[in-house]
Amino acid sequence: MPPSFYILAALTIAATAAALSLRNLVHCALALSVAFIGLAAVYLQLDAQFVGLAQILVYVGAVSILVVFAILLTRNDEATKPLVSRFSVAGAATALVVLGVLTWAIDKSEFTHRKLPPAPAATVRQIGDALMTHYVLALEVIALLLTAALIGAVIIAMHNEEPKS
Amino acid sequence: MTDAIDQIFVNLKHWLVGWCPADLQPLASIILSVAMVIGVFAGLFAVVTVIERKGLGRIQNRYGPNRVGPFGFLQFAADGIKTLTKEDIVPRAADRVVHYLAPLALVMPVFAAYAVLPFGRNMTLTELDGGLLFFFAMGASTELAVFMAGWSSRNKYALFGAMRAIAQMISYEIPLILSAITVVMLTGSLSLVKIVAVQGTYAGWLPDWNVFTPWGFAGFVLFMIAAAAESNRSPFDLPEGESEIIAGYYIEYSGFKFALFFLGEYLGMFAISGLAITLFLGGWHAPAVWLTWVPSYVWFMAKLMALILLFIWVRGTLPRLRQDQLMNFAWKFMLPLALINLLTAGLWHFIPPGGVRWFICSALVVGPYLMLGQGLTSPDKATKRVYRFAD
Amino acid sequence: MLGEGIIKGMAETAKNFVGSYFTADRLTTVQYPEERLPLFANTRQFPFLVYDGADWEKGLRCVSCQICEKECPPKCIYIVKSKDKKPDYKGQMQFYPETFNIDLSVCMSCQICVEVCPFESIKMDTEYELSTDNRFDGLLVRKEQLAKSNDHYRKIHPHDAAASDAALAAEVAKAQAKAQAAAVKNAGSTAAAK
Repeated sequence: MPPSFYILAALTIAATAAALSLRNLVHCALALSVAFIGLAAVYLQLDAQFVGLAQILVYVGAVSILVVFAILLTRNDEATKPLVSRFSVAGAATALVVLGVLTWAIDKSEFTHRKLPPAPAATVRQIGDALMTHYVLALEVIALLLTAALIGAVIIAMHNEEPKS
Repeated sequence: MTDAIDQIFVNLKHWLVGWCPADLQPLASIILSVAMVIGVFAGLFAVVTVIERKGLGRIQNRYGPNRVGPFGFLQFAADGIKTLTKEDIVPRAADRVVHYLAPLALVMPVFAAYAVLPFGRNMTLTELDGGLLFFFAMGASTELAVFMAGWSSRNKYALFGAMRAIAQMISYEIPLILSAITVVMLTGSLSLVKIVAVQGTYAGWLPDWNVFTPWGFAGFVLFMIAAAAESNRSPFDLPEGESEIIAGYYIEYSGFKFALFFLGEYLGMFAISGLAITLFLGGWHAPAVWLTWVPSYVWFMAKLMALILLFIWVRGTLPRLRQDQLMNFAWKFMLPLALINLLTAGLWHFIPPGGVRWFICSALVVGPYLMLGQGLTSPDKATKRVYRFAD
Repeated sequence: MLGEGIIKGMAETAKNFVGSYFTADRLTTVQYPEERLPLFANTRQFPFLVYDGADWEKGLRCVSCQICEKECPPKCIYIVKSKDKKPDYKGQMQFYPETFNIDLSVCMSCQICVEVCPFESIKMDTEYELSTDNRFDGLLVRKEQLAKSNDHYRKIHPHDAAASDAALAAEVAKAQAKAQAAAVKNAGSTAAAK
């Protein structure tokens, strides 16, 4: 694997660790955005142009804004609890054990040792064709779900404005 | 001969890169192209700030700046020196790290967006397969920088400005992308180089640009309005309303960071104008067959200057839109028109060429526009006032 | 139709832009150090002392009556009367101001000193480019700087100068008539006494 992958992986992991452990919530959200960008860079490095660019457009451009708005609208005071809890050693040990078990399980399975088929060229045209022929049902269901969410959001927002009528 | 002048920058770059050792050649090529793009557009930014001030001045019956340099054209140098030598004030309660990173987070994606624009024949920095998607991804990343700027200042007016700016940018991104989608639908590719190539033929006396079709014209107008809103440009500049919340989300910035915000805003305007030229105005193609001897980058720059002058003209003419008027306009007027435009573009593709096609598509463009315009501008009927606590 | 107003507005601004290169009334800026606006007839800035003739000390009209000093609202005039007398425009011996200072940073150009002066000797000047970098006495003008000739007054306020000259000439005529009447009466009484 090329060295750029290691750099990007380190960036993503560092950003995610920061998102988990920073005190200020908005800093955490911004670190999460950096993690999204790192992930998008990994996709681009694997030559999946559409997924990588869509990741930036959707996650950094919209989901991060959503997260930040949610934080701002439901704000409470800054974190007052100590950063490192009393169970840090036990917690770290448990996490390491779980990581070890998972790594052993994945390593032993068929999935990691099979022969990889040649990577398909996924141009935008092919993705579009696949979406419109093979996966059109999934596309329509997701669209319906999004429409329902949008209508629900509008109704909730409308209700808030006229509580007395 | 005309071909040589047309490709002069490409050949110059190849010659310069040839001087480097073979290992470093890709890196040298990248660095040279990037340096050229940054140099040209930063220079254009400097000139456009002066032209804008002088143009606005003439529109408002006064001279613009005319003291520094011949006819005031070195004003940008004076402004630059002023911004560089100002004290960089960071409020005591501000979040230092985010406050520092916000202007960088604004300017970097905007510069990155220039990587896919075709400035001339063979003059694109990167010929990405999903070039248009890359451009919109970079445009969406700037919103986070706006939020960072507004929130890190710990100033409620800055936060107001940032929230309004983000709401405006998100709302106007939808008509922007939808009107760009019509071009993609009819070209069949997301690659900007291919979109320009498709508009290169000349049918009769009009070139085959997308703006000379009904859906293309509607798309172009929608795109330009959404572009003005995306770059926070008058009449959509409530987030940075100079007379209301003074500078909105960059109120706490001084000195060079403020200059970076200014730079980011203007460069965003140039980039999105460049995209409008690529999608609708035929990119670097000449408007008539007998004008193709003029180099391609000259046409691109001429069209870019025309669009910039249009932005300046609109800025000098229209008053600022209020936030609720702005949002109503985006969701109730531009979004339905953009969706109907999609339908129109689809019909254009399937109906065989001829007068029928023109008639149906023009009707589909003009009809909803008139009806929606009627609906939006009809005055509210005056109803009897209802008092809650009296009588 | 939606958008009609925008098109009309843009046509108007385009007319402004293009017209500003051709017609003067679309570009009304006066570029200050190179061009100046013409002054009105009643322009007034700060006071000055008028003198007749060529010698500013002998022709100074001010007789140091100190009325302007007392009437000045911000009290910016400072006068020290002289000990000796000198002849004025009618030939009478009058006092003259040994010191006459006006602090221009205090003066509010109300023109009260001009209105109350009985001798037409203090008038309003039109000079306005008076900035100085000495903030203590850069704007304190003394008698030497304040004294300007009647020709200067005629040039800057021709109408008022003509009225002032007429008033002074009338005074001279009145004094001469009185002197003649007194001389006739004297001649009559000496003739009667003889």
